[in-house]
Amino acid sequence: MRDAIAELVRDGDTVAIEGFTHLICFAAGHEIIRQRKRDLTLCRLTPDVVYDQMIGAGVAKKLVFSWMGNPGVGSLHAVRRRVEKQDPEPLEIEEYSHFGMVCRYVAGASNLPFFPIRSYFESDIPKANPRIVPVRSPYGDEEVYAVPPLNPDVTIVHVQRADVNGNAQIWGLLGCQREAAFAAKRTIVVCEEIVDESVIRSDPNRTVIPGLVVDAVVQEPFGCHPSYAQGYYDRDNRFYLDWERISRDPETLEAWLQEWVYDLGCHRDYVEKWGDAHWTSLRPGIALSGDVNFGEYA
Amino acid sequence: MSANGDLGWSRSEIMIVASARQLAGRRVCFVGIGLPNIVCNLGKRTVAPDLQLVYESGIFGSAPKRLPLSIGDPTLVTGSMAVCSMYELFAFYLQAGLVDVGFLGAAQIDRFGNINTSVIGNYSSPKVRLPGSGGACEIAINSREVFVIMRQGQRSFVETLDFRTSPGHSGDPEHDAKRGWFGSGPTSVVTDLGTYFFDQDTGEMTLATLHPGVTLDEVRENMGWDPKVAGDLGETPAPTDGELRLIREELDPQGVYTK
Repeated sequence: MRDAIAELVRDGDTVAIEGFTHLICFAAGHEIIRQRKRDLTLCRLTPDVVYDQMIGAGVAKKLVFSWMGNPGVGSLHAVRRRVEKQDPEPLEIEEYSHFGMVCRYVAGASNLPFFPIRSYFESDIPKANPRIVPVRSPYGDEEVYAVPPLNPDVTIVHVQRADVNGNAQIWGLLGCQREAAFAAKRTIVVCEEIVDESVIRSDPNRTVIPGLVVDAVVQEPFGCHPSYAQGYYDRDNRFYLDWERISRDPETLEAWLQEWVYDLGCHRDYVEKWGDAHWTSLRPGIALSGDVNFGEYA
Repeated sequence: MSANGDLGWSRSEIMIVASARQLAGRRVCFVGIGLPNIVCNLGKRTVAPDLQLVYESGIFGSAPKRLPLSIGDPTLVTGSMAVCSMYELFAFYLQAGLVDVGFLGAAQIDRFGNINTSVIGNYSSPKVRLPGSGGACEIAINSREVFVIMRQGQRSFVETLDFRTSPGHSGDPEHDAKRGWFGSGPTSVVTDLGTYFFDQDTGEMTLATLHPGVTLDEVRENMGWDPKVAGDLGETPAPTDGELRLIREELDPQGVYTK
Protein backbone atom coordinates (compact mmCIF):
# COMPACT_ATOMS: atom_id res chain seq x y z
CA MET A 1 0.00 0.00 0.00
CA ARG A 2 2.81 2.36 0.90
CA ASP A 3 4.38 2.04 -2.55
CA ALA A 4 1.07 2.24 -4.44
CA ILE A 5 0.03 5.47 -2.70
CA ALA A 6 3.54 6.97 -2.91
CA GLU A 7 3.84 6.29 -6.63
CA LEU A 8 0.30 6.80 -7.88
CA VAL A 9 -1.20 9.56 -5.69
CA ARG A 10 0.40 12.95 -6.16
CA ASP A 11 -0.20 16.27 -4.41
CA GLY A 12 -2.93 18.18 -6.21
CA ASP A 13 -4.50 15.05 -7.74
CA THR A 14 -8.20 14.37 -8.14
CA VAL A 15 -8.77 11.19 -6.14
CA ALA A 16 -11.83 8.95 -5.84
CA ILE A 17 -12.03 6.30 -3.14
CA GLU A 18 -15.38 4.80 -4.07
CA GLY A 19 -17.65 2.18 -2.50
CA PHE A 20 -21.26 2.79 -1.42
CA THR A 21 -21.33 1.94 2.30
CA HIS A 22 -19.72 -1.34 1.19
CA LEU A 23 -16.02 -1.77 0.29
CA ILE A 24 -14.80 1.69 1.27
CA CYS A 25 -11.03 1.47 1.42
CA PHE A 26 -10.17 3.17 4.70
CA ALA A 27 -6.70 1.58 4.57
CA ALA A 28 -5.89 3.68 1.49
CA GLY A 29 -7.34 6.80 3.10
CA HIS A 30 -5.16 6.27 6.14
CA GLU A 31 -2.04 5.75 4.02
CA ILE A 32 -2.76 9.00 2.14
CA ILE A 33 -3.03 10.75 5.52
CA ARG A 34 0.20 9.12 6.74
CA GLN A 35 2.09 10.24 3.65
CA ARG A 36 0.73 13.76 4.21
CA LYS A 37 -0.51 14.25 0.67
CA ARG A 38 -1.83 17.76 0.10
CA ASP A 39 -4.26 19.79 -2.05
CA LEU A 40 -6.23 16.76 -3.23
CA THR A 41 -9.65 17.08 -4.83
CA LEU A 42 -11.59 14.24 -3.22
CA CYS A 43 -14.55 12.73 -5.09
CA ARG A 44 -17.14 10.33 -3.69
CA LEU A 45 -20.91 10.03 -3.76
CA THR A 46 -20.94 9.81 0.04
CA PRO A 47 -17.86 11.34 1.66
CA ASP A 48 -18.54 9.10 4.69
CA VAL A 49 -16.23 8.85 7.70
CA VAL A 50 -13.22 8.13 5.45
CA TYR A 51 -13.24 11.61 3.90
CA ASP A 52 -14.04 13.23 7.25
CA GLN A 53 -10.80 11.66 8.50
CA MET A 54 -8.85 12.73 5.42
CA ILE A 55 -10.29 16.24 5.34
CA GLY A 56 -9.76 16.55 9.09
CA ALA A 57 -6.13 15.58 8.46
CA GLY A 58 -5.75 18.35 5.90
CA VAL A 59 -5.12 16.38 2.70
CA ALA A 60 -7.85 18.05 0.62
CA LYS A 61 -8.60 21.45 -0.86
CA LYS A 62 -11.84 20.44 -2.56
CA LEU A 63 -14.69 17.94 -2.17
CA VAL A 64 -16.92 16.67 -4.98
CA PHE A 65 -19.92 14.76 -3.63
CA SER A 66 -23.66 14.07 -3.58
CA TRP A 67 -24.48 13.17 0.06
CA MET A 68 -22.32 14.36 2.90
CA GLY A 69 -23.12 12.58 6.14
CA ASN A 70 -22.30 9.76 8.51
CA PRO A 71 -24.77 7.17 7.13
CA GLY A 72 -27.39 6.17 9.66
CA VAL A 73 -25.66 8.25 12.35
CA GLY A 74 -25.35 11.99 11.73
CA SER A 75 -22.83 14.51 10.51
CA LEU A 76 -19.27 14.70 9.27
CA HIS A 77 -18.03 17.37 11.64
CA ALA A 78 -14.55 17.91 10.22
CA VAL A 79 -16.07 18.59 6.78
CA ARG A 80 -18.78 20.79 8.29
CA ARG A 81 -16.25 22.88 10.23
CA ARG A 82 -14.43 23.65 7.00
CA VAL A 83 -17.61 24.44 5.05
CA GLU A 84 -19.50 26.34 7.77
CA LYS A 85 -16.67 28.10 9.63
CA GLN A 86 -13.68 27.82 7.28
CA ASP A 87 -11.99 26.16 10.25
CA PRO A 88 -9.07 25.73 9.98
CA GLU A 89 -9.33 26.77 6.31
CA PRO A 90 -12.01 26.87 3.58
CA LEU A 91 -12.98 23.75 1.63
CA GLU A 92 -14.20 24.19 -1.91
CA ILE A 93 -17.24 22.03 -2.70
CA GLU A 94 -18.85 20.85 -5.94
CA GLU A 95 -22.21 19.23 -5.35
CA TYR A 96 -24.39 16.85 -7.38
CA SER A 97 -27.12 14.29 -6.67
CA HIS A 98 -26.31 10.57 -6.51
CA PHE A 99 -27.54 9.89 -10.04
CA GLY A 100 -25.57 12.91 -11.24
CA MET A 101 -22.35 11.60 -9.68
CA VAL A 102 -22.96 8.07 -10.99
CA CYS A 103 -23.45 9.42 -14.51
CA ARG A 104 -20.34 11.59 -14.23
CA TYR A 105 -18.33 8.39 -13.75
CA VAL A 106 -20.27 6.66 -16.55
CA ALA A 107 -19.46 9.55 -18.91
CA GLY A 108 -15.83 9.54 -17.77
CA ALA A 109 -15.54 5.77 -18.26
CA SER A 110 -17.29 5.94 -21.66
CA ASN A 111 -15.25 8.84 -23.09
CA LEU A 112 -18.37 11.00 -23.49
CA PRO A 113 -18.43 14.81 -23.20
CA PHE A 114 -21.51 14.83 -20.95
CA PHE A 115 -24.31 12.60 -19.73
CA PRO A 116 -28.04 13.44 -19.89
CA ILE A 117 -30.34 12.64 -16.98
CA ARG A 118 -33.87 13.37 -15.84
CA SER A 119 -33.07 15.12 -12.61
CA TYR A 120 -32.54 18.64 -11.24
CA PHE A 121 -35.79 20.05 -12.73
CA GLU A 122 -36.92 23.03 -10.62
CA SER A 123 -34.24 22.26 -8.04
CA ASP A 124 -31.74 24.84 -6.73
CA ILE A 125 -28.84 22.40 -7.20
CA PRO A 126 -27.97 23.69 -10.73
CA LYS A 127 -27.94 27.25 -9.33
CA ALA A 128 -25.41 26.12 -6.73
CA ASN A 129 -23.38 24.20 -9.32
CA PRO A 130 -23.26 25.82 -12.78
CA ARG A 131 -21.63 22.69 -14.25
CA ILE A 132 -25.11 21.10 -14.20
CA VAL A 133 -26.85 22.53 -17.28
CA PRO A 134 -30.14 22.00 -19.12
CA VAL A 135 -29.84 20.56 -22.65
CA ARG A 136 -32.47 20.07 -25.33
CA SER A 137 -32.90 16.69 -27.00
CA PRO A 138 -31.64 16.71 -30.62
CA TYR A 139 -34.68 14.54 -31.50
CA GLY A 140 -37.46 16.68 -30.06
CA ASP A 141 -38.01 19.52 -27.67
CA GLU A 142 -37.61 17.58 -24.44
CA GLU A 143 -35.23 19.13 -21.97
CA VAL A 144 -32.99 17.15 -19.65
CA TYR A 145 -29.95 18.05 -17.57
CA ALA A 146 -26.35 17.33 -18.46
CA VAL A 147 -23.56 16.50 -16.06
CA PRO A 148 -19.87 16.62 -17.00
CA PRO A 149 -17.62 13.55 -17.13
CA LEU A 150 -15.48 12.76 -14.11
CA ASN A 151 -12.06 11.29 -14.82
CA PRO A 152 -10.15 11.04 -11.55
CA ASP A 153 -6.36 11.06 -11.68
CA VAL A 154 -6.56 8.12 -9.30
CA THR A 155 -9.40 5.81 -8.34
CA ILE A 156 -8.97 3.46 -5.39
CA VAL A 157 -11.47 0.63 -5.03
CA HIS A 158 -11.62 -2.21 -2.58
CA VAL A 159 -12.80 -5.65 -3.77
CA GLN A 160 -13.22 -9.06 -2.18
CA ARG A 161 -10.74 -10.86 -4.41
CA ALA A 162 -8.35 -10.20 -7.27
CA ASP A 163 -5.52 -11.97 -9.03
CA VAL A 164 -2.01 -10.53 -9.18
CA ASN A 165 -2.84 -8.75 -12.43
CA GLY A 166 -5.74 -6.86 -10.89
CA ASN A 167 -8.64 -8.82 -12.38
CA ALA A 168 -11.08 -8.04 -9.61
CA GLN A 169 -14.30 -9.63 -8.38
CA ILE A 170 -16.99 -8.12 -6.20
CA TRP A 171 -20.24 -9.48 -4.78
CA GLY A 172 -22.80 -7.58 -2.77
CA LEU A 173 -23.25 -3.85 -3.37
CA LEU A 174 -21.33 -2.73 -6.44
CA GLY A 175 -21.57 1.00 -5.82
CA CYS A 176 -19.64 2.80 -8.56
CA GLN A 177 -16.49 0.69 -8.26
CA ARG A 178 -16.56 -0.34 -11.92
CA GLU A 179 -17.43 3.07 -13.36
CA ALA A 180 -14.90 4.92 -11.19
CA ALA A 181 -12.15 2.42 -12.01
CA PHE A 182 -12.71 2.63 -15.78
CA ALA A 183 -12.95 6.44 -15.60
CA ALA A 184 -9.63 6.94 -13.84
CA LYS A 185 -6.23 7.70 -15.33
CA ARG A 186 -4.67 5.42 -12.67
CA THR A 187 -6.49 2.73 -10.69
CA ILE A 188 -5.47 0.99 -7.49
CA VAL A 189 -7.31 -2.22 -6.60
CA VAL A 190 -7.15 -3.24 -2.95
CA CYS A 191 -8.41 -6.72 -2.07
CA GLU A 192 -9.19 -8.94 0.86
CA GLU A 193 -7.63 -11.92 -0.91
CA ILE A 194 -5.26 -12.49 -3.80
CA VAL A 195 -6.43 -15.54 -5.71
CA ASP A 196 -5.11 -17.52 -8.63
CA GLU A 197 -6.19 -16.42 -12.10
CA SER A 198 -8.04 -19.76 -12.43
CA VAL A 199 -10.39 -18.73 -9.59
CA ILE A 200 -11.27 -15.55 -11.47
CA ARG A 201 -11.74 -17.46 -14.73
CA SER A 202 -14.03 -19.99 -13.05
CA ASP A 203 -16.58 -17.26 -12.31
CA PRO A 204 -16.19 -14.53 -14.99
CA ASN A 205 -19.60 -12.88 -14.43
CA ARG A 206 -18.35 -11.71 -11.07
CA THR A 207 -15.36 -9.85 -12.54
CA VAL A 208 -16.18 -6.17 -12.19
CA ILE A 209 -12.82 -4.66 -13.06
CA PRO A 210 -10.36 -6.22 -15.52
CA GLY A 211 -6.64 -6.01 -14.87
CA LEU A 212 -6.44 -4.07 -18.14
CA VAL A 213 -7.35 -0.84 -16.31
CA VAL A 214 -5.51 -1.56 -13.04
CA ASP A 215 -2.13 -0.02 -12.18
CA ALA A 216 -1.53 -1.56 -8.77
CA VAL A 217 -2.93 -4.44 -6.73
CA VAL A 218 -2.64 -4.39 -2.95
CA GLN A 219 -3.76 -7.14 -0.59
CA GLU A 220 -5.05 -5.57 2.60
CA PRO A 221 -7.32 -7.78 4.73
CA PHE A 222 -9.85 -5.76 6.76
CA GLY A 223 -8.84 -2.77 4.65
CA CYS A 224 -12.41 -1.45 4.62
CA HIS A 225 -12.91 -1.28 8.38
CA PRO A 226 -15.13 0.33 9.77
CA SER A 227 -16.92 -0.15 6.41
CA TYR A 228 -17.46 -3.77 5.44
CA ALA A 229 -16.72 -6.48 2.89
CA GLN A 230 -19.76 -8.67 2.17
CA GLY A 231 -19.17 -12.19 3.44
CA TYR A 232 -15.85 -11.23 5.14
CA TYR A 233 -16.76 -8.79 7.95
CA ASP A 234 -19.73 -6.67 8.98
CA ARG A 235 -19.85 -2.90 9.17
CA ASP A 236 -18.52 -1.72 12.53
CA ASN A 237 -21.52 0.39 13.44
CA ARG A 238 -20.11 1.05 16.90
CA PHE A 239 -17.22 2.91 15.28
CA TYR A 240 -19.55 4.95 13.03
CA LEU A 241 -21.47 5.97 16.16
CA ASP A 242 -18.24 6.78 18.03
CA TRP A 243 -17.05 8.90 15.12
CA GLU A 244 -19.83 11.40 15.86
CA ARG A 245 -18.12 12.13 19.20
CA ILE A 246 -14.55 11.95 17.86
CA SER A 247 -15.02 14.30 14.91
CA ARG A 248 -17.12 16.82 16.83
CA ASP A 249 -14.03 18.08 18.67
CA PRO A 250 -10.92 18.98 16.63
CA GLU A 251 -8.53 17.99 19.44
CA THR A 252 -10.17 14.59 19.88
CA LEU A 253 -10.00 14.09 16.13
CA GLU A 254 -6.32 15.01 16.05
CA ALA A 255 -5.60 12.63 18.93
CA TRP A 256 -7.47 9.87 17.10
CA LEU A 257 -5.47 10.46 13.91
CA GLN A 258 -2.25 10.39 15.94
CA GLU A 259 -3.09 7.13 17.70
CA TRP A 260 -4.75 5.23 14.85
CA VAL A 261 -2.97 6.57 11.74
CA TYR A 262 0.29 8.50 12.26
CA ASP A 263 1.62 6.27 15.07
CA LEU A 264 0.99 3.12 13.05
CA GLY A 265 3.32 2.08 10.26
CA CYS A 266 0.72 0.39 8.09
CA HIS A 267 -2.74 -1.16 8.02
CA ARG A 268 -1.43 -4.42 9.46
CA ASP A 269 -0.58 -2.51 12.65
CA TYR A 270 -4.14 -1.14 12.68
CA VAL A 271 -5.60 -4.64 12.38
CA GLU A 272 -3.36 -5.84 15.19
CA LYS A 273 -4.25 -2.88 17.40
CA TRP A 274 -7.98 -3.64 17.17
CA GLY A 275 -7.22 -7.22 18.20
CA ASP A 276 -8.54 -10.61 17.14
CA ALA A 277 -11.64 -10.49 19.35
CA HIS A 278 -12.84 -7.41 17.48
CA TRP A 279 -12.50 -9.07 14.09
CA THR A 280 -14.21 -12.21 15.37
CA SER A 281 -17.16 -10.10 16.55
CA LEU A 282 -17.59 -8.68 13.04
CA ARG A 283 -17.51 -12.03 11.24
CA PRO A 284 -20.86 -12.87 9.57
CA GLY A 285 -22.52 -16.28 9.38
CA ILE A 286 -22.35 -18.30 6.21
CA ALA A 287 -24.73 -17.88 3.25
CA LEU A 288 -23.19 -19.49 0.18
CA SER A 289 -24.35 -18.71 -3.34
CA GLY A 290 -25.47 -21.64 -5.48
CA ASP A 291 -23.27 -23.14 -8.17
CA VAL A 292 -24.02 -22.70 -11.86
CA ASN A 293 -22.71 -24.73 -14.78
CA PHE A 294 -20.83 -22.59 -17.29
CA GLY A 295 -20.41 -25.71 -19.42
CA GLU A 296 -17.25 -27.16 -20.88
CA TYR A 297 -17.00 -26.41 -24.64
CA ALA A 298 -13.65 -27.94 -25.53
CA MET B 1 -39.35 7.06 23.54
CA SER B 2 -41.44 10.23 23.76
CA ALA B 3 -44.23 9.83 26.28
CA ASN B 4 -47.76 10.31 25.07
CA GLY B 5 -49.97 10.31 28.15
CA ASP B 6 -51.28 6.83 28.82
CA LEU B 7 -52.14 5.98 25.23
CA GLY B 8 -49.65 3.12 25.27
CA TRP B 9 -47.60 4.24 22.26
CA SER B 10 -45.36 7.14 21.34
CA ARG B 11 -45.81 9.78 18.66
CA SER B 12 -42.87 8.33 16.76
CA GLU B 13 -44.66 4.99 16.73
CA ILE B 14 -47.94 6.36 15.38
CA MET B 15 -46.00 8.33 12.77
CA ILE B 16 -44.30 5.13 11.58
CA VAL B 17 -47.55 3.15 11.66
CA ALA B 18 -49.63 5.80 9.84
CA SER B 19 -46.99 6.10 7.15
CA ALA B 20 -46.63 2.34 6.71
CA ARG B 21 -50.40 1.90 6.24
CA GLN B 22 -50.27 4.17 3.21
CA LEU B 23 -48.20 1.56 1.41
CA ALA B 24 -51.29 -0.64 0.96
CA GLY B 25 -51.66 -1.57 -2.70
CA ARG B 26 -48.19 -0.39 -3.72
CA ARG B 27 -45.78 -2.82 -5.37
CA VAL B 28 -42.41 -1.16 -5.74
CA CYS B 29 -41.06 1.18 -3.09
CA PHE B 30 -37.81 3.12 -3.11
CA VAL B 31 -36.60 3.19 0.49
CA GLY B 32 -34.78 6.27 1.75
CA ILE B 33 -32.35 6.66 4.60
CA GLY B 34 -33.60 6.96 8.22
CA LEU B 35 -37.29 6.64 9.14
CA PRO B 36 -38.44 5.29 5.73
CA ASN B 37 -36.29 2.25 6.46
CA ILE B 38 -38.52 1.09 9.34
CA VAL B 39 -41.74 2.35 7.72
CA CYS B 40 -41.21 0.27 4.58
CA ASN B 41 -40.17 -2.81 6.51
CA LEU B 42 -43.30 -2.47 8.67
CA GLY B 43 -45.50 -1.95 5.61
CA LYS B 44 -44.11 -5.11 4.03
CA ARG B 45 -44.95 -7.11 7.16
CA THR B 46 -48.50 -5.68 7.40
CA VAL B 47 -50.48 -3.98 4.63
CA ALA B 48 -48.21 -4.71 1.65
CA PRO B 49 -46.69 -8.22 1.88
CA ASP B 50 -45.80 -8.20 -1.82
CA LEU B 51 -43.96 -4.90 -1.60
CA GLN B 52 -40.61 -4.92 -3.39
CA LEU B 53 -38.10 -2.88 -1.42
CA VAL B 54 -35.68 -0.97 -3.64
CA TYR B 55 -32.57 0.67 -2.16
CA GLU B 56 -30.48 3.26 -3.99
CA SER B 57 -27.37 1.28 -3.08
CA GLY B 58 -28.41 -1.09 -5.89
CA ILE B 59 -30.85 -3.63 -4.43
CA PHE B 60 -34.24 -4.78 -5.76
CA GLY B 61 -36.50 -7.04 -3.71
CA SER B 62 -34.62 -6.84 -0.44
CA ALA B 63 -35.57 -9.21 2.39
CA PRO B 64 -33.54 -8.02 5.39
CA LYS B 65 -33.31 -10.33 8.39
CA ARG B 66 -32.32 -7.56 10.80
CA LEU B 67 -33.27 -3.88 10.83
CA PRO B 68 -30.86 -2.28 8.38
CA LEU B 69 -28.89 0.52 10.04
CA SER B 70 -28.09 2.17 6.74
CA ILE B 71 -29.29 1.83 3.16
CA GLY B 72 -26.10 -0.07 2.36
CA ASP B 73 -26.37 -2.63 5.17
CA PRO B 74 -25.14 -6.12 4.14
CA THR B 75 -28.37 -7.68 5.45
CA LEU B 76 -30.17 -5.98 2.56
CA VAL B 77 -28.09 -7.94 0.06
CA THR B 78 -28.27 -11.50 1.37
CA GLY B 79 -31.48 -13.10 0.09
CA SER B 80 -32.48 -10.14 -2.09
CA MET B 81 -33.95 -10.64 -5.57
CA ALA B 82 -31.34 -8.62 -7.44
CA VAL B 83 -28.21 -6.62 -6.81
CA CYS B 84 -27.24 -4.19 -9.55
CA SER B 85 -24.96 -1.24 -10.17
CA MET B 86 -26.15 2.14 -8.96
CA TYR B 87 -26.40 3.24 -12.59
CA GLU B 88 -28.90 0.45 -13.35
CA LEU B 89 -30.84 1.20 -10.19
CA PHE B 90 -31.26 4.90 -10.89
CA ALA B 91 -31.60 4.61 -14.67
CA PHE B 92 -33.59 1.40 -15.32
CA TYR B 93 -35.66 1.18 -12.15
CA LEU B 94 -36.19 4.79 -11.06
CA GLN B 95 -35.80 7.01 -14.13
CA ALA B 96 -37.75 4.58 -16.32
CA GLY B 97 -40.76 4.79 -14.01
CA LEU B 98 -40.81 1.41 -12.28
CA VAL B 99 -40.99 2.88 -8.79
CA ASP B 100 -44.52 3.31 -7.38
CA VAL B 101 -43.53 5.15 -4.22
CA GLY B 102 -40.41 7.06 -3.31
CA PHE B 103 -39.93 7.89 0.36
CA LEU B 104 -38.24 11.09 1.43
CA GLY B 105 -37.32 12.72 4.70
CA ALA B 106 -36.55 16.43 4.96
CA ALA B 107 -34.89 19.08 7.10
CA GLN B 108 -37.33 21.68 5.74
CA ILE B 109 -40.56 21.37 3.78
CA ASP B 110 -42.85 24.13 2.52
CA ARG B 111 -46.62 24.17 2.00
CA PHE B 112 -46.28 22.80 -1.55
CA GLY B 113 -44.06 19.90 -0.55
CA ASN B 114 -40.80 21.35 -1.81
CA ILE B 115 -37.94 19.90 0.22
CA ASN B 116 -34.63 21.16 1.55
CA THR B 117 -31.94 18.71 2.65
CA SER B 118 -28.96 20.86 1.63
CA VAL B 119 -28.29 23.90 3.82
CA ILE B 120 -29.75 26.06 6.55
CA GLY B 121 -28.87 29.66 5.73
CA ASN B 122 -27.06 30.86 2.65
CA TYR B 123 -25.66 28.21 0.27
CA SER B 124 -22.17 29.68 -0.02
CA SER B 125 -21.80 30.42 3.70
CA PRO B 126 -24.30 28.12 5.39
CA LYS B 127 -25.24 28.22 9.04
CA VAL B 128 -25.70 24.45 8.94
CA ARG B 129 -24.40 22.29 6.14
CA LEU B 130 -26.85 19.38 5.72
CA PRO B 131 -26.08 16.19 3.73
CA GLY B 132 -27.46 17.40 0.37
CA SER B 133 -29.54 15.55 -2.20
CA GLY B 134 -28.19 12.05 -2.27
CA GLY B 135 -30.83 10.47 -4.49
CA ALA B 136 -33.65 12.69 -3.20
CA CYS B 137 -33.83 15.08 -6.16
CA GLU B 138 -34.26 12.31 -8.74
CA ILE B 139 -36.51 10.28 -6.43
CA ALA B 140 -38.82 13.31 -6.11
CA ILE B 141 -38.93 13.73 -9.88
CA ASN B 142 -39.09 10.12 -11.10
CA SER B 143 -41.20 8.19 -8.56
CA ARG B 144 -44.91 7.80 -9.44
CA GLU B 145 -45.76 8.99 -5.92
CA VAL B 146 -43.67 10.59 -3.19
CA PHE B 147 -44.36 10.01 0.50
CA VAL B 148 -42.69 12.25 3.06
CA ILE B 149 -42.13 11.30 6.69
CA MET B 150 -40.68 13.82 9.16
CA ARG B 151 -41.21 15.36 12.58
CA GLN B 152 -42.83 18.77 12.35
CA GLY B 153 -41.89 22.04 14.01
CA GLN B 154 -41.46 25.75 13.32
CA ARG B 155 -37.97 25.16 11.96
CA SER B 156 -38.89 22.25 9.67
CA PHE B 157 -42.31 23.32 8.31
CA VAL B 158 -41.35 26.68 6.87
CA GLU B 159 -42.98 29.38 4.77
CA THR B 160 -39.84 29.77 2.66
CA LEU B 161 -37.14 27.15 2.13
CA ASP B 162 -33.50 28.16 2.48
CA PHE B 163 -32.72 25.91 -0.51
CA ARG B 164 -34.88 23.75 -2.77
CA THR B 165 -33.11 20.40 -3.07
CA SER B 166 -36.09 18.39 -4.35
CA PRO B 167 -39.04 19.93 -6.17
CA GLY B 168 -42.61 19.53 -4.93
CA HIS B 169 -45.76 21.14 -6.31
CA SER B 170 -45.35 24.60 -7.82
CA GLY B 171 -48.64 26.01 -6.56
CA ASP B 172 -49.85 26.20 -10.17
CA PRO B 173 -51.56 22.88 -11.05
CA GLU B 174 -51.63 23.74 -14.77
CA HIS B 175 -47.87 24.12 -14.70
CA ASP B 176 -47.48 20.89 -12.72
CA ALA B 177 -49.60 18.94 -15.24
CA LYS B 178 -47.29 20.05 -18.06
CA ARG B 179 -44.05 19.13 -16.30
CA GLY B 180 -44.07 15.62 -17.75
CA TRP B 181 -42.56 13.98 -14.67
CA PHE B 182 -43.96 10.79 -13.24
CA GLY B 183 -44.42 12.19 -9.75
CA SER B 184 -44.67 15.97 -9.82
CA GLY B 185 -44.84 16.60 -6.08
CA PRO B 186 -45.46 14.59 -2.91
CA THR B 187 -48.87 12.97 -2.37
CA SER B 188 -48.55 12.38 1.36
CA VAL B 189 -46.81 13.78 4.42
CA VAL B 190 -46.91 12.02 7.78
CA THR B 191 -45.54 13.69 10.90
CA ASP B 192 -45.54 13.05 14.64
CA LEU B 193 -48.73 15.17 14.86
CA GLY B 194 -50.88 14.16 11.90
CA THR B 195 -51.22 13.15 8.26
CA TYR B 196 -51.49 15.42 5.22
CA PHE B 197 -52.43 15.07 1.58
CA PHE B 198 -51.99 17.63 -1.20
CA ASP B 199 -55.02 19.49 -2.55
CA GLN B 200 -55.75 18.50 -6.18
CA ASP B 201 -56.64 22.04 -7.21
CA THR B 202 -53.95 24.07 -5.46
CA GLY B 203 -51.16 21.55 -4.72
CA GLU B 204 -51.25 22.74 -1.13
CA MET B 205 -50.48 20.52 1.85
CA THR B 206 -53.76 19.80 3.64
CA LEU B 207 -54.21 18.34 7.11
CA ALA B 208 -56.21 15.10 6.77
CA THR B 209 -56.03 13.57 10.25
CA LEU B 210 -54.77 14.46 13.71
CA HIS B 211 -53.11 11.73 15.75
CA PRO B 212 -55.10 10.87 18.91
CA GLY B 213 -54.32 13.41 21.64
CA VAL B 214 -53.12 16.09 19.21
CA THR B 215 -55.04 19.36 18.83
CA LEU B 216 -55.30 21.65 15.82
CA ASP B 217 -53.66 24.37 17.92
CA GLU B 218 -50.66 22.15 18.53
CA VAL B 219 -50.34 21.57 14.78
CA ARG B 220 -50.54 25.33 14.13
CA GLU B 221 -47.88 25.99 16.76
CA ASN B 222 -45.58 23.59 14.97
CA MET B 223 -45.59 24.99 11.47
CA GLY B 224 -44.53 28.21 9.80
CA TRP B 225 -47.77 28.89 7.94
CA ASP B 226 -51.48 28.67 8.64
CA PRO B 227 -52.34 25.17 7.46
CA LYS B 228 -55.15 24.26 5.14
CA VAL B 229 -57.41 21.77 6.95
CA ALA B 230 -59.61 19.14 5.28
CA GLY B 231 -63.35 19.72 5.68
CA ASP B 232 -63.71 16.21 7.06
CA LEU B 233 -60.68 16.39 9.36
CA GLY B 234 -60.43 13.02 11.11
CA GLU B 235 -58.40 11.18 13.70
CA THR B 236 -55.56 8.84 12.76
CA PRO B 237 -56.49 5.30 13.82
CA ALA B 238 -54.32 4.29 16.79
CA PRO B 239 -51.58 1.71 16.29
CA THR B 240 -52.77 -1.86 16.74
CA ASP B 241 -51.16 -4.29 19.16
CA GLY B 242 -49.83 -6.22 16.18
CA GLU B 243 -48.16 -3.16 14.65
CA LEU B 244 -46.64 -2.16 17.97
CA ARG B 245 -45.37 -5.68 18.60
CA LEU B 246 -43.66 -5.73 15.18
CA ILE B 247 -41.99 -2.38 15.81
CA ARG B 248 -40.91 -3.10 19.38
CA GLU B 249 -39.99 -6.75 19.20
CA GLU B 250 -38.91 -7.38 15.63
CA LEU B 251 -38.07 -4.24 13.69
CA ASP B 252 -36.54 -1.90 16.24
CA PRO B 253 -36.09 -3.55 19.66
CA GLN B 254 -33.36 -1.03 20.50
CA GLY B 255 -35.52 1.96 19.72
CA VAL B 256 -33.15 3.38 17.09
CA TYR B 257 -36.01 4.89 15.07
CA THR B 258 -38.69 5.23 17.75
CA LYS B 259 -36.80 7.33 20.27
